[in-house]
Amino acid sequence: MLPFTLPKGMSRRHFLRHLAHRVTLAAPSLALAHSLRAQAAELSQSHRSCILLWMGGGPPTIDLWDMKPDAATGGPFKPMGTNGAGQINQQLPKLAMQMQHLSLVRSMSTREADHQRGRYYMQTGFVPSPNVQHPSYGAVIAHELASQTADLEIPPFVSVGGMSEGPGFLGMGYAPFQVDSRGRVKNLDMGVDLARQSDRARLLAVLEQRFAREDRGNAASEHAKVLEKTFLLMTSSQMEAFRVDREPEKVLQQYGDTNFGRGCLMARRLVETGVPFIEVNMGGWDLHQNCFTSLETKLPELDKAMSALVEDLVQRGLWQNTVVLWMGEFGRTPRINGNAGRDHWARSWSAVVGGGDIGGGRVVGATNEDGTRVTTESYSSEDLMATVCHAMGISLHTTFTSNNGRPMKIANGGKVIGELFG
Amino acid sequence: MRVFRVLFWLVFLLAILLDSALFSWNRCSAENTGSSATTTSTLDGLSLDPVDLINRQIRQGWQTHRIRPSRQATEGEWCRRLFLDLLGRVPTVAEFDRYLSERPAADRRRIWVDRLLGPEYREQYARNWRTIWTNVLIGRTGGTNRRDRTSRPGMMQYLEESFRANKPYDQLVHELLTATGSTSPTADDFNGATNFLVDKLEDKAVQATTKTAEIFLGLAVGCTQCHNHPFHEARQNQFWELNAFFRQARVEITRDPEDNGRIVKATLADVDFAGEASQSSADRRRKIVLEMRAGRLVDRDAAAMLAAPVFYEKRNGQLRVAYPVFVDGTSLVEKFSQKFPDRGDEYGNSGLLADVHRRRELADLVVASHFLELALVNRMWAHFFGSGFTRPVHDMGPHHPPSHPELLAKLAAATRSAGFDLKRLQRWIVLSEPYALSSRHSRSNAKDDPALGEPPRFSRFYLRQMRAEQLYESLLAATGAQQTVPAERREQLKERWLRQFSTAFGTNDQGETNIFNGSISQELMMLNGDLVKRACSLGNGGFLDQVATDRQRTPWEKINYLYRAALARQPSSHEISVCNELLQSREGDIGRSLQDIWWALLNSNEFILIH
Repeated sequence: MLPFTLPKGMSRRHFLRHLAHRVTLAAPSLALAHSLRAQAAELSQSHRSCILLWMGGGPPTIDLWDMKPDAATGGPFKPMGTNGAGQINQQLPKLAMQMQHLSLVRSMSTREADHQRGRYYMQTGFVPSPNVQHPSYGAVIAHELASQTADLEIPPFVSVGGMSEGPGFLGMGYAPFQVDSRGRVKNLDMGVDLARQSDRARLLAVLEQRFAREDRGNAASEHAKVLEKTFLLMTSSQMEAFRVDREPEKVLQQYGDTNFGRGCLMARRLVETGVPFIEVNMGGWDLHQNCFTSLETKLPELDKAMSALVEDLVQRGLWQNTVVLWMGEFGRTPRINGNAGRDHWARSWSAVVGGGDIGGGRVVGATNEDGTRVTTESYSSEDLMATVCHAMGISLHTTFTSNNGRPMKIANGGKVIGELFG
Repeated sequence: MRVFRVLFWLVFLLAILLDSALFSWNRCSAENTGSSATTTSTLDGLSLDPVDLINRQIRQGWQTHRIRPSRQATEGEWCRRLFLDLLGRVPTVAEFDRYLSERPAADRRRIWVDRLLGPEYREQYARNWRTIWTNVLIGRTGGTNRRDRTSRPGMMQYLEESFRANKPYDQLVHELLTATGSTSPTADDFNGATNFLVDKLEDKAVQATTKTAEIFLGLAVGCTQCHNHPFHEARQNQFWELNAFFRQARVEITRDPEDNGRIVKATLADVDFAGEASQSSADRRRKIVLEMRAGRLVDRDAAAMLAAPVFYEKRNGQLRVAYPVFVDGTSLVEKFSQKFPDRGDEYGNSGLLADVHRRRELADLVVASHFLELALVNRMWAHFFGSGFTRPVHDMGPHHPPSHPELLAKLAAATRSAGFDLKRLQRWIVLSEPYALSSRHSRSNAKDDPALGEPPRFSRFYLRQMRAEQLYESLLAATGAQQTVPAERREQLKERWLRQFSTAFGTNDQGETNIFNGSISQELMMLNGDLVKRACSLGNGGFLDQVATDRQRTPWEKINYLYRAALARQPSSHEISVCNELLQSREGDIGRSLQDIWWALLNSNEFILIH
């Protein structure tokens, strides 16, 4: 244990890294020896990342990716051709130009059509259970890619502009770090000098360890783990990654000065910093009323941000190492209700994937003429998750042990969507 | 399917309640003010005192599962958890000292339970339970947006008054379900109880249906509204039949056009419900034309009494009709045909207020239902033990068998028998043996932890984190800031502070998230945020300043005082020596040393966890 004096001859960064570890008495990380973070270009060679574009509320994919202009319930929009195989909504012209990089899975078929259950199922691959809290995408991927994050001082799982399902039995060390789309992280400064920060850390360590050793359950030691991560982040230069306002105005305009636009831009910055999982939330898709007038404003926002993200990642040479997944908790009814809205519909809907090893410009699966049924082999949340893991080079033979001691296959044993590869 | 579920519960309940003579479907009087509660410790029809009942049933579970319970919690641990659970804050040093000196020691705990539930702490108790139930009834984000129909202050005021008077729970529920009037305390026809339903009636009152079933009946019916749920098809009618009870309720909104459509007034009322057919999309539905005949509104084509239906859509697009039927199968049609045999078969389905007041009928059925006390006991148990008999507490039923079915049923029966007196129920629980156990486990009961996914055996006190509200109040209590800021101002500051943690998803199920859950964001707030900074301030006359400049106390006593204020315990010898080392390295700068020690105490796991 360090004494109550400021160690001499130690750089600020090294010192703070020690500080973080003294809270938990963890062994100092080997990465301590690296005084300089590798450059973004180098990182991009070895680091893999995943960006989840989460459409909270359940987007009407029949109006975006799998249009039915000839059906009575097809809605007012018209489809257009793209640089890929499928047609998409005319209101998504910029994305149409990027569709050689993205692929549509039009044969998603799930059973959870309640927001809470649907979100849990789509983000974890499991249906909710009273006995087990399953880890979500971000926690699983952060956990599996831990070896690439030794240099990472900010959390490996970041959620922008919303909140995802939690880390489940993997513990709060893999919980999403939530930031708003302007990247404002509050309370970073303790307001006392380094010597006193060090003293405080030591005092705290005495309390933390005493209590954690008393066999009261995991919550006590989980607290210490989160404390360590918090100390690390407080003084990290990597926090710059959240500062979207440091981007040139031109780039910001390209993504769109919207919550989702800034979120996508931040995702790119975080990928460059080596964060393995970023979730960007775009809410407001629960279109029970006035579905089509709402889409008039939502689609341009989506179009701008998502196309800019894809284009930017490709141009920077990050596309091969970054998997992008677009989905919500379910789709919406092909039938239009009395309020010109569409209700929850899980039986047949679309997701969009790209990047990493996933082939671009493809269309997987199909639905019938009015979009009410998948006519090809259908895919589930488990399959989608297995596909993303596979695309990121994570072994599907990975098995976790849940909190109740049961083995649990990664992605709940889903099968990879073969048409997306090779 | 529904019949089977209801049957299951009936059989389950009957089997257990046969000896308790409580199985009565008689309606509780809504005007009951609770004065009827029995005062003897043994309740009618229950052969055991409820505290003994809890002790025996829980012990039986240990024997069956061959578990040795943890040892007793220390006085400090027990006192701290009691204050946190009943008043929502840690005890002050003065209270803790007074607790420890209470004689006779054998009665100490009983005396203090009665004290915290008695007149001395009535205001704090009322404020704590108001906060808890506000979050249950309207969530943490309800009424925090200026476009919300809900008035958060209105909801809190109503609940605070209710808990101050220890209003019987059945009466509370009845009032919440039937409330009419305006939501805001500034309105002349203010009725704070309206705030439960006022934001749940949009979108065909789906949320009113879901939340009423979940909160008051412990039935998670939310998914069954969907027409596309393959295995819940049979229960879909049940959802809409319950939903039909809410359809006379209307909300009138007055907006301020000058101020971005801000809601000036929201009023909840009941109006005649003509049925859905004439007003919704209804491409395939018959148009209903209403006429007055002999002073009665009738359907012209059917020329019959107006039966006001609700329509819902099955997964295959077929329309189905629903009329008010309670979850136990009681329909208003049956009830009213017995009561008024001459008014025709459909009378109970009337949407006319003069005929059938649907919300009142619903409230009567809810307070008469055994689900009410089962759900209440399960929720209350979870509050004190960190885990209910079922998880989650609002999803009871054959698919989630309770961990202690007999205890749950008997305690529920005792609760009804005691006139739904919440303080009595709380008293039974906190005076029980399992509530007094340590959170430290032995090898024997290490697996007894709900976080491990096992059914709870309550052989130890499960660790749980303070809620944000408890942290705030605890910091105030620990630093004595309660006295310095006026109550009303304090509430405003607290509400504003709490908002940083909660976000609404903006979905139709009014889902929300709370990051005060052990996240990094929470830690940042604890380590560096204003609240803890203020609590650690050395400002003139403040808490730390008073401790630091107190000439009566030695440095050791000052450190000791801080430990008791934060953790309700004395520092260990190791902790003392570390603190002394700090003092030495600071060359006796007691103020800053105490500041850093206090900061560490407030940031420790031992402080934030209820243990």
